[in-house]
Amino acid sequence: MKLHEYQSKTIFAKYGIPIPKGRIAATAVEAKHIAEELGGRVVIKSQVLVGGRGKAGGIKVAKSAAEAEQLAQQILTMEIKGLPVRKVLVDEAAAIEHEIYFSITNDRAAKKPVMIASAAGGIDIEEVAAKTPEKIIKVHIDPLLGLRDYQSRDIAAGIDLPREHWREFSRIAAGLWQAYLETDATLAEINPLVITKDKRLVALDGKMMIDDNAMFRHADLNEMRDIDEEEPAETEARKYGLSYIKLDGNIGCMVNGAGLAMTSMDIVKLFGGEPANFLDIGGGAGSDKVSAAMKIILSDANVKAVLFNIFGGITRCDEVARGILVAMDEVKPKVPMVVRLVGTNAEEGRRLLQDAKMITAETLADAAQKAVQAAK
Amino acid sequence: MSILINKNTKLIVQGITGNEGLFHTTQMVAYGTNVVGGVTPGKGGEWVLDGKIPVFDSVKLAKEATDANCSVIFVPARFAPDAMFEAADAGIPLVVCITEGVAVQDMMRVRNYLDQKGVRLVGPNCPGMLTPGESKVGIIPGNIAIPGNIGVVSRSGTLTYEVLYALKLVGMGASTCVGIGGDPVNGTNFIDVLEMFEHDPHTEKVVLIGEIGGTDEDKAADFIASKMTKPVVSFIAGQTAPPGKRMGHAGAIIEGGAGTAEGKIKALQAAGVKVAKHPEEIPSLLK
Repeated sequence: MKLHEYQSKTIFAKYGIPIPKGRIAATAVEAKHIAEELGGRVVIKSQVLVGGRGKAGGIKVAKSAAEAEQLAQQILTMEIKGLPVRKVLVDEAAAIEHEIYFSITNDRAAKKPVMIASAAGGIDIEEVAAKTPEKIIKVHIDPLLGLRDYQSRDIAAGIDLPREHWREFSRIAAGLWQAYLETDATLAEINPLVITKDKRLVALDGKMMIDDNAMFRHADLNEMRDIDEEEPAETEARKYGLSYIKLDGNIGCMVNGAGLAMTSMDIVKLFGGEPANFLDIGGGAGSDKVSAAMKIILSDANVKAVLFNIFGGITRCDEVARGILVAMDEVKPKVPMVVRLVGTNAEEGRRLLQDAKMITAETLADAAQKAVQAAK
Repeated sequence: MSILINKNTKLIVQGITGNEGLFHTTQMVAYGTNVVGGVTPGKGGEWVLDGKIPVFDSVKLAKEATDANCSVIFVPARFAPDAMFEAADAGIPLVVCITEGVAVQDMMRVRNYLDQKGVRLVGPNCPGMLTPGESKVGIIPGNIAIPGNIGVVSRSGTLTYEVLYALKLVGMGASTCVGIGGDPVNGTNFIDVLEMFEHDPHTEKVVLIGEIGGTDEDKAADFIASKMTKPVVSFIAGQTAPPGKRMGHAGAIIEGGAGTAEGKIKALQAAGVKVAKHPEEIPSLLK
């Protein structure tokens, strides 16, 4: 789960990381009031869960409260990469002397958290990594030991941070580590961490991503989920424990198992079709899940055919077949359906579907080709 | 012959009295796996499967009573890290975690701790292992594979079943099939298994089934090029997966342009691996 900038910075503040004064606004008038409180000179920042807000014109500096209102009005009617801006963050404008990049993320190859810093802050870190990798300092943290102070000092020295800021930097690093740890973050990023003209360190921008698998211990964070920013069908799928991702093609796919679901999409493409979605109904899915899955697939108006690919192991094909029949009855789909059932109770499953006017297939390749044909 | 598990595997099941644990224990016993006991805290002293398998309160007690050398974990995700730590502390040398949805920070702690203890972990979020005709540890359906000389290693579950089944249809069998799981931080990786297959006299060829996300396939390609003498055939899932989206498996995500199927396929091909366009093509590439 991605958190907005304002949510991430609220968490940072809780862990003692200095952030600019500011508040969130949903209307231009609110933005004006906040700007008045902050003394006029503010930054208006669109809150959408995509990168590149600045380049898209979604971050602007206002010199007065009146200008803040005007700019907020403008930004609140924008769309950034397809996402409408619903909220803006109004922050006091900082006098910046220098910008630093600073984050903690999971290094899956090293199986350890890694702290990353660069003196070249404020810009896309992947760009820095590609062009000038020597400007990036990485320090791995032993997950059983946690962050040690000497590691923070190593980073400070590594990015040539003036010594007068080391103590404060270590404090911020410790705060960021705690924030990462206690929220089960997969990314806790400050970009930029600035040195202001009056020699303070401030986290001007923040980005956090939280591990969806850890939500069971973070009910408070779950409330921060912004479903306005999600594909509605993906939100609906999550309710049923289904893993669904919408794509741009016209062949709906319902598959058990993530690897096989990806493979089914790939093979549709291989035979000249375009998959409309990724959908994994999971192991042991019963008829209620199958029925929900079918409704979600068909809620996409682009879908011209549906491919069911079920390899029965734990999942029983007859159970899936029953689910398909229930769903067909409820949804009354108008598009052709191609079904491939293999494995546990496949024959019983095929028998159940005999009268359901579905196209049947034996192999994966056969199923994909028939689905591509049916979508034409 | 085989790797990791065989007829000498003495297995305990953590979470044996739960729905999943009990169902799959029944399946494993029916397959011929030597299940010597189970663990459910608070249910020590009970028996399952008509009094055939004893239940213990802890892995330590189960290990003392049965001398088990392998444990398979079927407990819910929030309890799975504890179960893995417990198995390691009890001295179980091989721990297989089937559970899906373990938090990644938990897994980093588990992995680093188990490495220090010298414990081999397979999974989590995996179907387990199958040595056809000898032992099955996990949830791979026993009837889809026959004994043979092809080693199979995979990050996926049902996709692996497809491959085993496609092999069986043309009369090809597996020495051992290892599901290493679809999580970003897991235990045993491709290279570990490739090395074991390379040294297993009964494995003649290897099938490697990968997917998008991470760099394990690329590292496997380096290993194959420099260390392996046995031929490897591969399939990589997720060529049509959009970047930045998690495709079901927690680890199946293209991040910052890295971990694409295209990149992995190129790396494997450069290492002399035949990469199948789709899973049903694998048997013909093995011939």
